[in-house]
Amino acid sequence: MVAPSLKLQDLIEEIRGAKTQAQEREVIQKECAHIRASFRDGDPVHRHRQLAKLLYVHMLGYPAHFGQMECLKLIASSRFTDKRVGYLGAMLLLDERHDAHLLITNSIKNDLSQGIQPVQGLALCTLSTMGSAEMCRDLAPEVEKLLLQPSPYVRKKAILTAVHMIRKVPELSSVFLPPCVHLLHERHHGILLGTITLITELCERSPAALRHFRKVVPQLVQILRTLVTTGYSTEHSISGVSDPFLQVQILRLLRILGRNHEESSETMNDLLAQVATNTDTSRNAGNAVLFETVLTIMDIRSAAGLRVLAVNILGRFLLNSDRNIRYVALTSLLRLVQSDHSAVQRHRPTVVDCLQETDASLSRRALELSLALVNSSNVRAMMQELQAFLESCPPDLRADCASGILLAAERFAPTKRWHIDTILHVLTTAGTHVRDDAVANLTQLIGGAQELHAYSVRRLYNALAEDISQQPLVQVAAWCIGEYGDLLLEGNCEEIEPLQVDEEEVLALLEKVLQSHMSLPATRGYALTALMKLSTRLQGDNNRIRQVVSIYKSCLDVELQQRAVEYDTLFRKYDHMRAAILEKMPLVERDGAQADEEAKESKAAAQLSEAVPAPTEPQASQLLDLLDLLDGASGDAQHPPPLDPSPGGALVYLLDLPCAPPPPAPIPDLKVFEREGVQLNLSFIRPPENPALLLITATATNSSEGDVTDFICQAAVPKSLQLQMQAPSGNTVPARGGLPITQLFRILNPNKAPVRLKLRLTYNHFHQSVQEIFEVNNLPVESWQ
Amino acid sequence: MSLGNIRQGKLRLQKWYLATSDKERKKMVRELMQVVLARKPKMCSFLEWRDLKVVYKRYASLYFCCAIEGQDNELITLELIHRYVELLDKYFGSVCELDIIFNFEKAYFILDEFLMGGDVQDTSKKSVLKAIEQADLLQEEDESPRSVLEEMGLA
Repeated sequence: MVAPSLKLQDLIEEIRGAKTQAQEREVIQKECAHIRASFRDGDPVHRHRQLAKLLYVHMLGYPAHFGQMECLKLIASSRFTDKRVGYLGAMLLLDERHDAHLLITNSIKNDLSQGIQPVQGLALCTLSTMGSAEMCRDLAPEVEKLLLQPSPYVRKKAILTAVHMIRKVPELSSVFLPPCVHLLHERHHGILLGTITLITELCERSPAALRHFRKVVPQLVQILRTLVTTGYSTEHSISGVSDPFLQVQILRLLRILGRNHEESSETMNDLLAQVATNTDTSRNAGNAVLFETVLTIMDIRSAAGLRVLAVNILGRFLLNSDRNIRYVALTSLLRLVQSDHSAVQRHRPTVVDCLQETDASLSRRALELSLALVNSSNVRAMMQELQAFLESCPPDLRADCASGILLAAERFAPTKRWHIDTILHVLTTAGTHVRDDAVANLTQLIGGAQELHAYSVRRLYNALAEDISQQPLVQVAAWCIGEYGDLLLEGNCEEIEPLQVDEEEVLALLEKVLQSHMSLPATRGYALTALMKLSTRLQGDNNRIRQVVSIYKSCLDVELQQRAVEYDTLFRKYDHMRAAILEKMPLVERDGAQADEEAKESKAAAQLSEAVPAPTEPQASQLLDLLDLLDGASGDAQHPPPLDPSPGGALVYLLDLPCAPPPPAPIPDLKVFEREGVQLNLSFIRPPENPALLLITATATNSSEGDVTDFICQAAVPKSLQLQMQAPSGNTVPARGGLPITQLFRILNPNKAPVRLKLRLTYNHFHQSVQEIFEVNNLPVESWQ
Repeated sequence: MSLGNIRQGKLRLQKWYLATSDKERKKMVRELMQVVLARKPKMCSFLEWRDLKVVYKRYASLYFCCAIEGQDNELITLELIHRYVELLDKYFGSVCELDIIFNFEKAYFILDEFLMGGDVQDTSKKSVLKAIEQADLLQEEDESPRSVLEEMGLA
C-alpha cells in the first residue's frame, strides 16, 4: 500500500514552516524515513520526486547518501523526468570517490548515442561535472563522435566535455586536438567559444600543442576583428559590446600563443591596438574586454607604444567611478610596476589618491603600489603622502605602511636629517607597529650622523616628554638622551627652537620611563643604562642617579637587577673607569661591527647574560681587560675583588670566561701629581681594534681632611697628537677619600709618537686656591708604541 | 568555479566543478559565507579567499558568489553572474528568492544549460532559454498521462 507522498514543494513549505532547528530536523527525519521506505519498496513512479526531496534536504546539510543508487535507477529510466532528476542527483551526490559512480558510465554511454538532444545534453553535462578519469577514458570515443554532429546544441556541449576530459586524462589531448582547427571555422558562437576554450586547455598542457596552434593566430585575429568591427547582433551583445565572453576568451588564447613569441605577437599588434582604442568603456562588459586586452598586451612581446597604451588604460581605470574597475587596475598595475616602471610612474598621483579608498582591499593595493613607486626624485613628496596616510589608515594596514615607509626612507633618503625625521615621525605615529630592527637602525643612523646629534637628542627628548607609551620611540629616545645628554643641556641648536632643559627634568623623565607600567623590560633596560651614562655627561652630582641605580639592585626583573648591580659596583669600586666605560659611542659603520661594549649593551638588553658562552663577544672581553688592568695596576689583590652576590651574577660569569681571547697586557697606571693628600692618577686603555687611540682616565682623589672644590684639569699634547677631553664627572672631591673626580682624555696617535702631556690643575683646598702646571713625560711605553 | 546563493547564511544553490568531499565542501561553504556576509555595501565585488578569487554580487536578498582562479578575468565573471540572474529572471518572470527556493532543481537545470565545467556554453540568452523550454516540454509530455491516477494513489 503506497502512502501518498509529499510533493516537493509541500515539503519545502513544511520545512520552512518549522520554527526551530529542532523542529526542522524532526520534519526532515520523518520525511527521510518515508523516502527510504519508498526507495526500499522500489516505487518507480515517485522515485524522481523522492530523490528531488532528498536533494533539497541535502542542500540544507542533511545526509543523503542512501539516494545514490536511486540516481542510477533514475538515469537508467526511459522517462525524461527521471533522467533529469537522476542526473542532477548524480552531480550532487556522486563523485569519483564513490564506487557507485562508475555504474552510470553505461547509462551515459547509452544516452549519448540515442539521439534525443536534451538527453544527450544531460549526459554530457553530468560527465563534465563529475566524470572521473576512468569514465572519461571509457566515454571519449562517444564524445569525439558528437563533436562532428550537425546539431550545434550537442556539439557545443561535447566540446566543453572534451575540455573536462583533457583535464582529467591529459593523454586524451591526442583525440581532441585534431578536430579543433576545423571547428574554428564554425560560426555558431557557442561552438566557437567552446573550441577556443578547448584549444586554450590543450595549449596550456602541452608545448607541442602550443606550437601547433600558433598557426591559427591569424584566424583568431580575424574572428576577433569581425566581432569588433561588424555591427553587433542583439543576440550576443551586452551593452553594445559584441559577445564579450567570446572576445575575452579569444584574447586569453592570443595571450598564451603570443607569449615569448615575436612573430605571433606581431600578428596581433594591430588588432590589440584596435580593440584597446575602440571598445566602449561606459559599462562593465566593455571594460571586461578592455581589461583582458591590457592583460594580453602586457604578457606578449608587444610594441613599446602598445605597452604604454595599456598602462594608460589602467591609469584611466583608476579614475573610473566603479570601484571594481579601480580594483582590477590597482592589481594589474602592481604586477607591472617592476617591468614598466616609468609608464606606471606617470599615474602616481592617481595611485596616491586611491589611498583614500574606503574599501580596505583597494587601499591596501594602493599602498603597495605607492610604495613600489617611490624613487629618489619623488621621495619627499611621496613620503609626505604616505605619512599622512599612516596617521589615518585602518589598523591592519599600519604595520605594512610603517615598514614600507622605513624601507623606502632607507633606500632613498635625501639627507640624514630627513631620514631621522622620517623615522621619528613613524615611531611617533605608529610605534607599536614597527619591526624590531627599527630601533637598532635608528640608533645606528643617529650615531653615525655626528652633526645631527644635538638635533636628534632634542627632538627625541621632546617626543619622549609628550608620550612615553610608544616603546620603540622610548627606547631610541632613552638611548639618545643617554649618549648625548650633554648636548641636550647645552641649550642651543639652530635647527629647532631653543630648548631649556635642566638636568633634573631629564633625570625625572628617564625615571618616569623606568617606573612606568607601559615600559617593556627592554625599554627599562635602555632607560637605566641611559641614566648611568648621564652620570658622566651631566655637571651636577650623581646622587640622584646613584639612588635610582641602588633601588633597582633589588628589582624583580633579573635583567634590570643585574644591570643595576653592575652599575652600582661601577660607582662604588671602579669609579675611575666609569668615564671610560660610559664614554660616547664611536661613529659606527652601517654594519655595526664596532666593538664598543656600550653599543652592544644598549642594543640588546637580553644579550648580557647570553654574552657569556659566545667567545667572540667583544664586550665581555673588554670588561675582562679592564678588570685585569685593575689587577695589575692596583696590585691590591691577586684576583679581582669580590663582587656583590646577586642572582644575576653575570659579572662573575664574565670573569670566568673560559674561552675569551687572551686580553692584551694591561698598561700600568701612573701617578702624576700629589699635594697634601690630593692625588691625580692616570690610567690607560688602548682599545685593540683601534691602535691609534689611547684613552686616559684622570682620577683625582682626596685623602686629606679638607674638601677639594672647583677642581679643573686642563691638558695639552704635542702637535703630532690629537686630544679630546670629555667633561669631568664633577669638580668636587670630598675629604677623607670622598668620591673622586674622573675625566676622560682621548688621544689619537696614529704615528705612534711618544705621548707627552702638559697638565694644569686649579682648585681650592683648605681655603686656598691652588694652581699647578707640570709635564708628564714618563708615560708607560705601552701607551703609545 | 562554484556558485552559491546565500541569504542570512542559508544556501540555496551550490555548484562544484572540483571533486571535494562533502565535509570539505561544507567547511568551505561556511567559511565563504562568513567572509562574504562580512562585506560592507561600499566594498568592491572581489575578494581573496584561500588561493582563489571570489567574485560576488548581491541581488535583493541573495548573494551570488563565484570562485575563480588567479588568471581569470574578474570583470567578465561579473557579467557571467549577471547573465545567470537574467536567465532566471526571464524564466521565472521577475524572479525572487522564493522562486529559487521552491524550484531549486529548475535553478540547477538553468545553470547547467548556461555553464559546463565552469565554462560558458552559449552566449545567447535566447538559445539557453529555448533549450530549457524544450526540456520542460519533454518533461511534460512524459508526465501528463500518468500523474493524475498516481496522485490518487491508484497506480
